[in-house]
Formats: sequence, structure tokens, C-alpha cells
Amino acid sequence: MNKLVWRKIVNRVMVFLTAFSAALGVAALLAVLTFVVKNGIAALNVDMLTRLPTPVGVPGGGVANAIVGSLIVIGLASLFAVPVGLGAGMYLSEFGNNRFADVVRYLADVLSGVPSIVIGIFAYNLIVARQGHFSALSGGVALGVMMLPSIVRTTEEMMRMVPASQREASLALGLPRWRTILSVVLPSARSGVTTGILLAVARVAGETAPLLFTAFGNPYWSFDINQPIATLPHTLFTYAISPYADWQSKAWGTAIILTSMMLLASVLARRSRRHVAA
Amino acid sequence: MTAIEVTPPVLARSRARVGDSVFRWWTWLMAALLVVIMLLLVYELIIGAELALNEFGTGFLSGSSWDPVADRYGAWPAIFGTVVSSLLALAVAGPLGLLAAIFLAEIAPRWLESPLSFLIELLASVPSVVYGLWGLYVMVPVMRDPIQTWLSTHLGSLPVFACQPLGIGMMSAVAILSIMILPYGISVSRDVLRAVPNEQREAMLALGATRWETIWRVVVPFARSGIIGGLLLALGRAVGETMAVTMLIGNRAQVSGCLFSPAYTLSSQIANEFTEAVSPMHISALMELGLVLFAITLVLNGAARLLVWRITRGNPVGR
Repeated sequence: MNKLVWRKIVNRVMVFLTAFSAALGVAALLAVLTFVVKNGIAALNVDMLTRLPTPVGVPGGGVANAIVGSLIVIGLASLFAVPVGLGAGMYLSEFGNNRFADVVRYLADVLSGVPSIVIGIFAYNLIVARQGHFSALSGGVALGVMMLPSIVRTTEEMMRMVPASQREASLALGLPRWRTILSVVLPSARSGVTTGILLAVARVAGETAPLLFTAFGNPYWSFDINQPIATLPHTLFTYAISPYADWQSKAWGTAIILTSMMLLASVLARRSRRHVAA
Repeated sequence: MTAIEVTPPVLARSRARVGDSVFRWWTWLMAALLVVIMLLLVYELIIGAELALNEFGTGFLSGSSWDPVADRYGAWPAIFGTVVSSLLALAVAGPLGLLAAIFLAEIAPRWLESPLSFLIELLASVPSVVYGLWGLYVMVPVMRDPIQTWLSTHLGSLPVFACQPLGIGMMSAVAILSIMILPYGISVSRDVLRAVPNEQREAMLALGATRWETIWRVVVPFARSGIIGGLLLALGRAVGETMAVTMLIGNRAQVSGCLFSPAYTLSSQIANEFTEAVSPMHISALMELGLVLFAITLVLNGAARLLVWRITRGNPVGR
């Protein structure tokens, strides 16, 4: 009897602890978001979104160049990672019953675990050191390499979910295999694949470490992919560790811009993923 | 759907065969490119670190002085900082993550489970640099004044609390890392727990076990290797995490037993010094730090993937 009571108590306590742990995780998110929103809104104004940064001591100014710069670098990254990722993903799902495909899968998983700063060094050695200057291009390559594994694996996963009957129907109509894959299988998997790409973009959009010594940063407008370029996460980092109150407040303004962009992307992506899974 | 053109069978078949082989060859090339990138990454890291590798040999790993002025470099403080900060973060976030995952997979009713999972996954999408900003201006002041001051006055006899409470330092880095790796641990463990067959639970409950006994004696042991894999993945994240740690750890190449003192990790040392490094040896030494970091994460992730794969049968988890 006593033992039964004890077991029931243990049960209650542990169940409560699990709920408490989950609540703690949510509380951490709320704690971070509250401050980002509170301090961010105080610093946010039209100038933040439309003006260039000002030197220390000059009031006003914004991070418009960094917003555009981030879009350029992410665009470059996608330009490289999307075709390669789609191709590799199609290979794994359609022709992937061999040793080589297993190696590719394993390497994709390994690559997704490589620290972002190491990818930064890689892009630096590959491009910056050879060219002798920092560039938007090298930043794009660094982010592209980071996007690659998740695009590859999601494409494979999504295309495998397309029922075999669809492929068979298409092949039975006399379409060659490549036409079947491109005109039947890929369109069926489209929303899942798009979601995967969006998630990959959302993941790298906030990365700072690989851009420190590739895209580097730039206080002016730059649209040249061979020149250093400002990006939101890097600008935020520079402002955050500066000793000036004005810059620190701009760091919060930048943080709310960046965080809301990333949360939006990841909410959109997850929403359409749930749609796919259902 | 476009109309299908009618071509004489023989011609159609040979054209299809060319199309198929071109297509197959092209997708193979893209897949091979991924392998090439991976090999190139290793090659570039080794070439970049060559100067330091030749100069310091294995002494690089154990050398404890990092002196750019004398051009002498040792990685020990950074390795020590990386190992300590990520293991401590895992010790905090691991149990919390497992309990939270149990709640999500086994206990929470459906209407509560999906919004909670969603919020916790959002935690993973907040950028590292934003965690750093929050840590620097919100967490560090709290850490310095009530927490570390209290610890050093009341428990100052313990060596881990016996130094100046600075706020910035190892303890803050551990705290931010714990928050950052929590969602990874939770989502992998949750997926693995869900993969446990229901018969296992039903059998235990039928024997008269309580809910917790069922979870702890049957479900968790069944999913054990997957959970360990999830923890290793989270550890890999902690080891590679750069920006938030760079902003909070204090960036000093020293080995200290005190939790409040500034330290370095492999990634934060690279991030902090790379653009300021002038001498080729300094740059090369930083790249060797990158190589060490790469090797550590390679081992961790390799082991983690194997463990998780065994449970979920090759389906990627934790996304």
C-alpha cells in the first residue's frame, strides 16, 4: 500500500517535471523575444530601413544597405545551392540505390554538422585568399555550401514520397524517364521541395560567422559581387559589440528586423510543410 | 500537361535513351559536386594550416601560450574552453531537453503538443547573433549581480566560484549555449520517442505500471541509442557555435578552473582574431584551430548520425 502511494507520488512529480521543462524552453524563447521586440521597437524608424549607416556621433542613419546586402548574398547562395541541391537530391531519390549514393547521403549529413565558422575559413581560402580581397561572392559561396545539405536531403525525401503509381502511369504512357521525373515527379513534390529551400534560406539568413571574413561588411551601398558587402547579421554584430550607446540601440533595431524576417520565413516554411505532410 | 507527341517507336526509344543518360549523368554530377566540396573543404583547411602544422607539430594541441607578438601558438586554452563550455551546456540542456521531449511525445495532449513544439522550434530559428545581443545586454548584468555575486560570497570557498564576478565569461557562455542547443535536443529526442512501438507501452501499462514507470523503464530505454545520438548532435552544435559565444565568453586565451573568468573557444578565437591577424603564422595557426574544430565535430556527428539512423531507419530527424 505504502509502496503504491510512493509510486503514484513519483509519477506525479516526474510528469510535472517534464511539463516544467517544456515550459522552461518556451519561457526562454519568450524572454529573448520580449527584449528584442521591446528594445527593437524603440530603435526602429523609417530611417533604419531607408538610410545608410552614419559615422559614430552623427545621429540618424539606418541599415538599408545591409538589408539589400543580405538579400544579394542570400540570392547568390541560392543561385549556387538550389540547382546543385535539386540535382543531387533527384539523383539520390531516383537513381540512389547504390554505394555512391550512400556516400553522398552520409557526406550531406556530415556537411550539415560542420561549424559555420569552418565553412567561412573554407570560403576564405577558396576565394578571398586567391583573389586578395573580401567579396559578396565569397559570402554567397559560404552560405550556399551551408544550404546545400538540407536542400539535398529534403528534395530526396519529398520526391520519394511521390507514389510509384504516378511514375508508372507516366512511363506507361511512353514518356522517357527524365521526362517522368521532371514533369510528373518533381511537380508533385514541388511544395515540399520549395519548403525545404525556404527552410534552408531561413537557416542561413541569420548566419554571421561565415560572413566575418568573406562578405566582411561595408558602410556604403554596394551592388558589386566582387566587393565587400554589408549584411544584416554582420552589421548587428558590429553594432552590438561597439561601445557607443547609439550603435547599441541600432543593434536592437537591426535585431528586430533580422529576427522578424527569420521567424516569418520559418513560420511560412513550417506551415507549408504541415500542409505537405497532411 | 502538354500533349504527348507521337513518334515512331524506334526513334522515340533511342531519343529517350539519350535523354535518360544525359539526365542521369547530370544529376550524378551534382551529387558528385557535393563530394568534391567536402573533399575540397578538408584540403583547403589542411593547406591553410600547413605552416602551423609544420612549425608546431603535435605540440600545437598541448601548447598553452597564444602569443601573436612572439608568433608562438598553442591551442590548449581554446580546446579546453570548447570542451568545458559545450559539456557543461550539455549537462544543463540535456536533461531538460529529454524531459521536455518526454512531455511532448508521451504526455502532452494533442492540442497542447503542436503549439509547444512549434514554439520550441522557433527557438532554433532565432539567429545566433541575436542570442549574443540578448546575452550581452540582458543576461550578463543579471548574471554578474545577483547570481555570480551571491555564488562568490556564499560558495566562494569552492574553486569554481573563487574569482571576480565579471558577468562576461565561461558561465554566461554556458548559459547561452544551453538555451541555444535545447531545441535540437528536444526535437531529435521527441522524434525518436515517437518511433517507439505502442505495444511496448501497452504491455507495461497492462502490467500495472504507472505512466512514468512505463516511460522511464520501457520507452526511454527502447529509444536510448537515438536519444544519445540526439544529445551528441546537440553537443556538436554547442562545439561549433560561434557568434553568441564570442560575444559572451570574454575572449582571453587562458585555462582557468573558475567559472566566472573569461575564456576562449576554438570558434570564438577564430572569429575574434582572424581579420586582425597579420603574420602568416598567426593566420595559419587560426586555420589549424579550424581544423581541430572540424575534426571534433566530424567525430561527434559521425557517431550521432549512426546512432540516430539505427533507430529511425535512415530518415533524417531533427529538422
